[in-house]
Amino acid sequence: MTCTEFLAQLDEMLDQDAALPLRADLEEHLRECEHCEITLNTTRKTIQIYRSHELYELPDDLRERLHKAILAKCRKC
Amino acid sequence: MAAFEKLVRQYDRQVFRIANHIVQNREDAEDVVQDAFLKAYEKLDQFQGNSKFYTWLVRIAVNEALMRLRKRRTGRMVSIDEDVETEEGSMPRDLADWSPDPEAMYGQSEMADILRKTIQGLPPGFRVVFALRDVDGLSTEETAETLGLSIPAVKSRLLRARLQLRERLSRYFKKRDGSVSRGKQDGAK
Repeated sequence: MTCTEFLAQLDEMLDQDAALPLRADLEEHLRECEHCEITLNTTRKTIQIYRSHELYELPDDLRERLHKAILAKCRKC
Repeated sequence: MAAFEKLVRQYDRQVFRIANHIVQNREDAEDVVQDAFLKAYEKLDQFQGNSKFYTWLVRIAVNEALMRLRKRRTGRMVSIDEDVETEEGSMPRDLADWSPDPEAMYGQSEMADILRKTIQGLPPGFRVVFALRDVDGLSTEETAETLGLSIPAVKSRLLRARLQLRERLSRYFKKRDGSVSRGKQDGAK
């Protein structure tokens, strides 16, 4: 398996969707290729970091203001 | 109305997040949240119930957000397909390994700034796929349905979004000689 072929299946590795024979091939490539191992691990970390940080928090005061505005508009329609 | 209010409370944070990911501007995102819920209320009788309410609502919100982007860009059309033909991210270039604990290198708010700045550099059609699939946890099928894209299109955008984000974050999280952290307040580890 080449690095390009591995990369095309990266999502299957990340999402653990790969069927068994393919997974075995991917894991074999990983054992021999440090670059692809780094790519897999750092991409996995990228997803984890984005998942664990709320980038656009909705503060309580804004939330209440939005609720009032939404419900007022809905009552008019 | 009480039942609808419950739906607003249940989904407002996610709609606000998705809107921000597309419009990248808090005031516009507030407008998108209001318009999306209002439109959902008006069209409630059209909701078929054969998809999740959340995916139906997000689809409305995504369309509202794209319209808002278009208005801001003085009428130029903006679609979910914009700028997705880039070749960037199809093959990793920066292959340096990351620090074992990149989150310890920066303070909480500095980290949030880095993550926002990084994802804002992606085309809207990549940002929204990444946000729905990897942050919100929707399935590939739900993401495709929400955005009106094919499953292969979602998969291709997700892979490229993930790789581009990884590549861009590498400049912040790369292992450094001596592992002296730059942004951490309480010293190096």
